Amino acid sequence: MKTTQNTRRDFLATTLMASAALAACNSKNPFTAEEIPDVQPSGKMVKLLSVDGEIIEVDSAFLKPVPELPSVMNTEAREGITGKKFVMVIDLSKCKSVKKCQTACNHMHHIHPGQNWIKVYPMQEAEHTAPYWQPTTCMHCDEPPCVKVCPVDATFKRKDGIVLIDSDRCIGCRFCMAACPYSTRVFNWEQPVLEKEIADKPYSCETSVPQKKGTVGKCDFCPDMVRQGNLPHCVSACPNGVFMFGDLLEDTVTNGAETFRFSELIKDKAGYRLMEDLGTKPSVYYLPPVNRNFPFVNEEKKA
Amino acid sequence: MDKLKENQIIEDLLPQKFGKLGKIWVASLMGVCALGAYAYGRQLYYGLEVTSMRDYVSWGIYISNFVFFVAISLVGSLITAVLRLTNVKWSTPLTRIAEIIAVSAITFASLIIIVDMGRPERFYNLFIHGRLQSPIIWDVIVITTYFFISLLLLYFPLLPDLKIMIGYKERNRRWLHQFYVFLGAHWKDKPAQFKITHKAINILAISIIPVAFSIHTVTSWLFATTYRPGWDSTNFGAYFISGAFLVGAGGVVVAMYVFRKHYKLQKYITYDHFDRMGKVLVMLALLYLYFNINEFLVPAFKMKKSEEEHLLGLFTGEFAPLFWFAIFTAMFIPIMILLFPKGRRPFPAFIAGLLVVVGSWFKRYLIVTPTLLHPFLPMHDVPASYHHYFPSWEEWSIALASLAGALLVITFFARIFPIIPIHETILETESHENEKHF
Repeated sequence: MKTTQNTRRDFLATTLMASAALAACNSKNPFTAEEIPDVQPSGKMVKLLSVDGEIIEVDSAFLKPVPELPSVMNTEAREGITGKKFVMVIDLSKCKSVKKCQTACNHMHHIHPGQNWIKVYPMQEAEHTAPYWQPTTCMHCDEPPCVKVCPVDATFKRKDGIVLIDSDRCIGCRFCMAACPYSTRVFNWEQPVLEKEIADKPYSCETSVPQKKGTVGKCDFCPDMVRQGNLPHCVSACPNGVFMFGDLLEDTVTNGAETFRFSELIKDKAGYRLMEDLGTKPSVYYLPPVNRNFPFVNEEKKA
Repeated sequence: MDKLKENQIIEDLLPQKFGKLGKIWVASLMGVCALGAYAYGRQLYYGLEVTSMRDYVSWGIYISNFVFFVAISLVGSLITAVLRLTNVKWSTPLTRIAEIIAVSAITFASLIIIVDMGRPERFYNLFIHGRLQSPIIWDVIVITTYFFISLLLLYFPLLPDLKIMIGYKERNRRWLHQFYVFLGAHWKDKPAQFKITHKAINILAISIIPVAFSIHTVTSWLFATTYRPGWDSTNFGAYFISGAFLVGAGGVVVAMYVFRKHYKLQKYITYDHFDRMGKVLVMLALLYLYFNINEFLVPAFKMKKSEEEHLLGLFTGEFAPLFWFAIFTAMFIPIMILLFPKGRRPFPAFIAGLLVVVGSWFKRYLIVTPTLLHPFLPMHDVPASYHHYFPSWEEWSIALASLAGALLVITFFARIFPIIPIHETILETESHENEKHF
């Protein structure tokens, strides 16, 4: 048993070193010998799931973050992920406007200060009805009015249901902003203030980074995270599990802590979509604000 | 007709050099244009951030100015096409005025839409990635078509006049003479040429009517194809077209007065012309009023929640002063003036025309902006400045510069070409005299 473990450990160590060497190839001089760090096993073991589905144990000292996966080609980003239909469920009974979703989203997408892709609205339908918080993302409509009006195909609908923007193509006419009934789109009125490292990156439709002057931006459902098997930033940032993300074809959604069967969740809790009457067919579902976890306190109004 | 009379007409109608007032006029227009160019330079450098437009009011006076230009350009088709095809003879001296207004307005409509773009340098994307399902592409197609048809409708009737002007070589500078030669040297006054031009003008006059309706209907669809309260209306196409004919006719009355006064054209643009144009204006103002009632009374009767905020904002709220100002200056007051024969004299008609044009400009602003301030979901999670819109000085300068630019084009055109068709006027006078003889 011990021998197998050792070989596995050795194998992993070599792989890690090899990947380090590969990473070194990207630096300026590919012929400089990579300095192999003198790693001593710490004795602290961690269990991991290998790519072929085996559970393996690795000494934590050998763990090294994998360099960021290169983003997909523009053509692939326009296609989308085959066999998926992404949906989001937002549970209004759990939201107390902590706005961690917004902060995480703004941070990860380097959004201009003051602007937000996720907005958390204080809602009250009528005088005597209950107030509640309603976070909105892009609805990723199946009949997207924004895509309909875009004159240059800069905003497009993918086969996995996500609506994205190609900021390298957008002409900045803002027709999509006028067309969107959910006011989800924002415009880069000035040169985005970005660190040079970020600003110099080639634009990717899937990360929506870097935002470009004179073009439109909006929530993208974080397809880059989804491709890596992670949840969108808002979902993982929410401390109250308000956001659930998943695949309609798999019929599952998760907020990271709990996983639900989408159809049952919507049935049990009477899920609905915003402005159904407009026929936009959003991919974002809401669970009504019943049996709420928190009282509604509007700090913004007090301030 | 005797040669003497013909020479007199030519002498009266040949383009005249700018007087002192003309020079001041041109210089001040150029000054406004220069300021606009500077403001646009700033906008190119800093981005649309120099405007007051933000995420909610994402279209401002650039777009309302665009709608205004498209609207006023429709008059070309009204005077040259509709009146021509219905055999109205009195409008002959006004055709060129209407047509140059059309050409210059549609040119500046295209320019101002480029000014509004966040990435004007990517304009070519419209041609390499254009998607036919977007109303913007429809607008690009019909506006381009309208521009070229209008240009031809301006050019063909100009050909016989060019020949006359080439004949007065000694009166013009060399470059101007060469310009006339370049444009019109192939015109030999042959009957076959007249025949083919006449046919061409007829074909153009017929085809410009659907194109003219298209440019403004499609422009109205830029708004009506969205869901927003105030824009989501099936009335929009007709509402825009009727308003367009009104403002265009108003513009022609203003231009008639100015040209008549400064070029001493009292013999050619007569009281009769003002009288008839005044009646046309009243009819168009009533028509526009009718569509306004449709546009506002029907939703106001129901007061759907999504419309309520928008409508009350116009009737009694934030935009009420501007709203009623536009309704009164563009419709009620001109109707009141022009209903009376005395009101259809040149000066009061000029005032009425001016009111129509000014009121209509603000009307376009009211069509674009208030709607954007009343989205379906309340305005939220944006900086406080996003909740309001008042154009920045850059926007005002650029918008005014586009208006000044359009006026400059018209002014220079009238400096170079006869603003009243000489050849057609001679023909008209001849046929008049023949009628008298019989």
